[in-house]
Amino acid sequence: MTTPPTDPERRRSRRLFATVIVLAAVASLAVTALLINIFERKQEAKNPFYRVVELNDTIDGPATWAKNFPLQYDLYKRTVDMQRTKYGGSEAMPHSPSDADPRSVVARSKLQEDPRLKTIWAGYAFSADYRERRGHAYMLEDQTFTERQKFNPPAMCINCHASLVTTFLKLGDGDLTKGFKVISDTHMTYKQIRQDVKHPVACIDCHDPKTMQLRITRPAFMEGIRALKASQGVQNYDVNTMATRQEMRSYVCGQCHVTYYFQPPNKRLTFPWAKGLKVEEIIAVEDDAKIKEWDHPDSGAGLIKARHPEFEMWNQGVHARSGVACADCHMPYMRQGGLKISDHQINSPLLKVNRSCQTCHHFPEEELKARVEDIQDRFFNLRNTALDALVDLIGDIKAEKAKGATDAQLAPARDYQRKGQFMIDFVMSENSMGFHAPQEATRILGDAINLCRLGQLSLHGGPPPSHNPPNIENVAPSPGPAAAPSKQTKKQGDPATIAKLQLH
Amino acid sequence: MQRSSAVIVALAVLMGTVIGLGTYTFIYAKGYSYLTNNPAACANCHVMQAQYEAWLKSSHHSVATCNDCHTPHNIIGKYAVKANNGFWHSFYFTGGNYPDTIEITRFDHNVAENACRRCHENITAEIDGNVVHGKAEGLQCTRCHNSVGHSESASAELTPLLTRSHHDYAPN
Repeated sequence: MTTPPTDPERRRSRRLFATVIVLAAVASLAVTALLINIFERKQEAKNPFYRVVELNDTIDGPATWAKNFPLQYDLYKRTVDMQRTKYGGSEAMPHSPSDADPRSVVARSKLQEDPRLKTIWAGYAFSADYRERRGHAYMLEDQTFTERQKFNPPAMCINCHASLVTTFLKLGDGDLTKGFKVISDTHMTYKQIRQDVKHPVACIDCHDPKTMQLRITRPAFMEGIRALKASQGVQNYDVNTMATRQEMRSYVCGQCHVTYYFQPPNKRLTFPWAKGLKVEEIIAVEDDAKIKEWDHPDSGAGLIKARHPEFEMWNQGVHARSGVACADCHMPYMRQGGLKISDHQINSPLLKVNRSCQTCHHFPEEELKARVEDIQDRFFNLRNTALDALVDLIGDIKAEKAKGATDAQLAPARDYQRKGQFMIDFVMSENSMGFHAPQEATRILGDAINLCRLGQLSLHGGPPPSHNPPNIENVAPSPGPAAAPSKQTKKQGDPATIAKLQLH
Repeated sequence: MQRSSAVIVALAVLMGTVIGLGTYTFIYAKGYSYLTNNPAACANCHVMQAQYEAWLKSSHHSVATCNDCHTPHNIIGKYAVKANNGFWHSFYFTGGNYPDTIEITRFDHNVAENACRRCHENITAEIDGNVVHGKAEGLQCTRCHNSVGHSESASAELTPLLTRSHHDYAPN
C-alpha cells in the first residue's frame, strides 16, 4: 500500500503534467508549422502558370495581361517608387496642382540645380523645363504636363511616352509601320495623338501576346538598326526575325533609350545610326541631313539636341562587349517562390546590387557601389569642366558678335559650338552619369572641351599651325556647317604636319 | 492510482503525436536525403538549383560531388559542417530572408579551399613552395579557377552583343 500523496507532491505532479502539455503543444505546433511551410515551398517550386485570359494585339491594358502574369505586373507597378541613388533616380517634390498641371508631385528641376543648362539650351524648349527622370509609370503624365508643351512638340514625341501598339495598328489598318507613317504624314499634333493613347509603356510594347517573346514594336528602331547593320555590311536586317534572344534583351530598351531627330518636312522620327553609334558618327548623320533644331539666341549657332542615348553609350562599354544586356542589370532575375522571373521594376542597379552586380562580380556590395560612384564622381567633375568650357565659348561668340564680327568670321566658332555642345549633351543627357561606358564618356568630354577651346581660338586668329587637329577622326568631312573642322581634319594627312607632330 | 495511469497514457499519446508528426515531416521533407552524398539533395530546396545544374555541366562533375568540395574529409568534420549549414540553410529558407545571389561564408570557403588542396596536393605544394607565389598570403584556388565546380556564367552568351562599329576594327 502506498501512502496517499501529500499536497506538495500532488501539486508538483500537476505542475509537471501542465508543463508537458504546454511543451508538447508548442512542439507539435512548431512541427506542424514547419510541415505546412515545407508544403508551401514545394508547391512554389512547381512553377504554376495559369492562362486566365487569351491575349492578343488589341488588348493594351496591362491590368488584363496581369491576370496571366501577376508577379511581373506587381513589379511593373512599382516603377512608381521614387528612390534616389547618388546621382540618379528621383525624389518626390511637392507641386501645387493647377488646371494646366494637376500633378501634386514632380521630380526635381535640373535647370534650377545647374543654371548653365539654361544658357546652353537658351531659345529652346529644354530651357523651359528639364527635370530628373522618374520611373516608367510617370512617362505619360510627365510628358503631358511638362512646360515644354508650350513649344508644341511633334506628335512623335509620344513614341516613347505611351503604349502605342494598338494605336499604330489602328492608324495603319493592322500595319505597325504604316500607322507610324500616318502620324508623320498627316502632320498630327501632339495633342491629337495624346487623345488616342491611354497607358505608359506596357506589356504589349515589348512582348508578343501569344508567345511572350520579346519583340520590337517601334518602326523607328526597326529602321535605325537596319541602317546600322547596313553600314556594317548586313543588308535588309529584320530585327524581329534576325536578333538573338540576348540581343533582344537590350533592343527592346533601345526602342526608346536612344537619341533621335525629326526628319523634315513631316518630322519623321529618325534614329541617326546610318554611320554607327558613336557620337561623331551620329553628328555626321545629322550634319548630312542638314538638321538644325534651333538657333542659339546669344551665339547664333544652329544647334542639334542629344536625347538620352543610353543604348548608344552602353554599346561603347565593356558590359556590352561582354555580352551583358540592359535587362541583365536593370531587370535582373529574381526568385519568387520557386519561380525565376525578371525584375519588372526597372530602375538603377545600385538599388539591387546583389541581384544585379554580384551575379558576376564577387565583391561586397559596398565595394561595388563605391566602384560605381568613383566612376560617376570622376565623370561628374569632368562634365562640370566641359559645361564651363561650353558656356565660355558661347559667351565669347556673343561678345565678338556684339563687337560686330560677321557671320563668316563667326562660322567656325559656331560650328565648334554645334559639335561640342552635342557631345557634352550626349553624355550628360545619358542616364548613367558616365557609367555605361566610362572611358568613352570621358573621352567624349575631353574632345568636347578641346572643341570649345578651338572655338574660342578661332575667334582670336585661330590655333597655331603646329596644332594637333581636333580629334574627330571618325567623322567624314560633311558639307554645310561642318566646313571649318573638315579643313582641320584634312591637315592630318599633310606630311609636314605629321613630321612636326612626330618631333614632339 | 487510476488517475496517474490515465495521466501517463495521455502523456504518451501527446508525445507519440509529436513524434509521429515529426517523423512524417522528416520523411516529407526528404530529411534522410541529407545524410547521403547525392548532390540532388542540395537542390531539394530550389535555391541551389542553378549551382546544381552548372555542376552537372562542369569539369568536376565526374570526380567530385557537393560534399567532396564543401565538407571536410573526416567523418566528424563532415557531419558537423553538414549539421551547421543544414540548420542555417533551413532557417533562412523557411523564413525567406536571404539574398537572391547567394554568397559562400568565409568558413565554408576555407573548407572548399582545403578540398582543392587535398586532391591537387602535388600541384599546390609546388605553388606554396614557389618563391614568388608561396609568399602571397591568402592565395586561393578559386580566385582564378572559379568555374571548375559550377560556373556561374555557364549560361551567359560570351560574345559582344551589338556588332561593333566598323571603325572599331579599322587598323589605325
